[in-house]
Amino acid sequence: MITVLRDRIMKILADVPDPEIPVISIVDLGIVREVTEDPPTVFITPTYTGCPATQVIKSSVREALDSAALSHVEIKTSLSPPWTTDWISESGRKKLHDYGIAPPPTRDTAAQAAVTCPQCGSTDTQEISRFGSTPCKALWQCRSCSEPFDRFKCH
Amino acid sequence: MDREAALFEYLVRLGDDSLILSQQLSGWCGHAPTLEVDLSVANIALDLLGQATLLLDYAGEVEGKQRDADKLAFGRDALKFRNCLLVEQPNGDFAQTVARQFIFSTWQKLLYESLIQSSDSKLAGIAAKSLKEITYHADWAAEWVVRLGDGTDESRERMTNGLDWMWRFVGELFETDEIDSTLDKLGIAGTKESLRADFDAALKATLDAASLPLEPLPTPIFGGRIGHHSEHLGHILSEMQFLPRAYPGATW
Repeated sequence: MITVLRDRIMKILADVPDPEIPVISIVDLGIVREVTEDPPTVFITPTYTGCPATQVIKSSVREALDSAALSHVEIKTSLSPPWTTDWISESGRKKLHDYGIAPPPTRDTAAQAAVTCPQCGSTDTQEISRFGSTPCKALWQCRSCSEPFDRFKCH
Repeated sequence: MDREAALFEYLVRLGDDSLILSQQLSGWCGHAPTLEVDLSVANIALDLLGQATLLLDYAGEVEGKQRDADKLAFGRDALKFRNCLLVEQPNGDFAQTVARQFIFSTWQKLLYESLIQSSDSKLAGIAAKSLKEITYHADWAAEWVVRLGDGTDESRERMTNGLDWMWRFVGELFETDEIDSTLDKLGIAGTKESLRADFDAALKATLDAASLPLEPLPTPIFGGRIGHHSEHLGHILSEMQFLPRAYPGATW
């Protein structure tokens, strides 16, 4: 019975999209750190300290839980250990790529990983700026098809 | 001095550093030399604002007088601010902003690296979280020091002038007073003097790469940590605090 609640909460959270990249859920993004049952609590972690999406995510989670009659479930923020892009799931990485954002490499492959253009698949790409449209992304450009694209920073 | 009083002061100092620098950097939004620089500076400002929120919320918690980050940011006057003088210096031209950022982020990176070891787990958590972002800021600023210093005659002159403006405020970053020594004894935060050698080495490495000379630093100016600020802070606060002061308790 007890694990049923946890599974139910996880299933609800898996449908809560990230407000800035709506194709990926907050579970895929690794923002949901833990779901405990006693007391029932969802622990979320911010990606970047100043990320404005953090507030929106909190209220989206609240809304999703409330509409599933789970108003008694608390939401807490946990900072440690700090969020890392290694927590983005495999399916999350694929969804990012399909959406046009180059996914981050995992920490152990970061050094040799080539950045693939999400538009044409070429690896002949270059960084334009380490800071992009949101704190979690850098601005890149493909030398083959000339398209600019966002790349999720390895963090 | 007891633990709580020292920790509160320390957190306010760190929080105010990030808050005031964030406010200053935000002044570039829409005015930076290129779109990429505009985005970079806005991102750095946002990271610093996030740090300030975490630090000042925690300071309010330690103080236990129902003050949160907003109350501390918008409800204090200049004399109660504890930021270092460096961060309240004017943006000037882009090179002056880069100079301020370079000195601050280089110092902040070393400081937060040491705070990860803090015996206060919450401060250690904030430091670890922020450090990932600060590393980007320090790299960004150092790259610009090299690019401007090693660029044209004009960019070199501007970079030199920008650094000349800021050098006076380096000494304050390494000041140690009763608050620092109290927290040092408790294992919460080491004294800043211990960071000096690494800071000097980082400074030299970047200035060498920029082929800029590193002269002996001028006599430092102190005062920010006890609320003795330059004339710039009042102007910053009048803009930053306008709305909550004109409409107390406003929400949207």
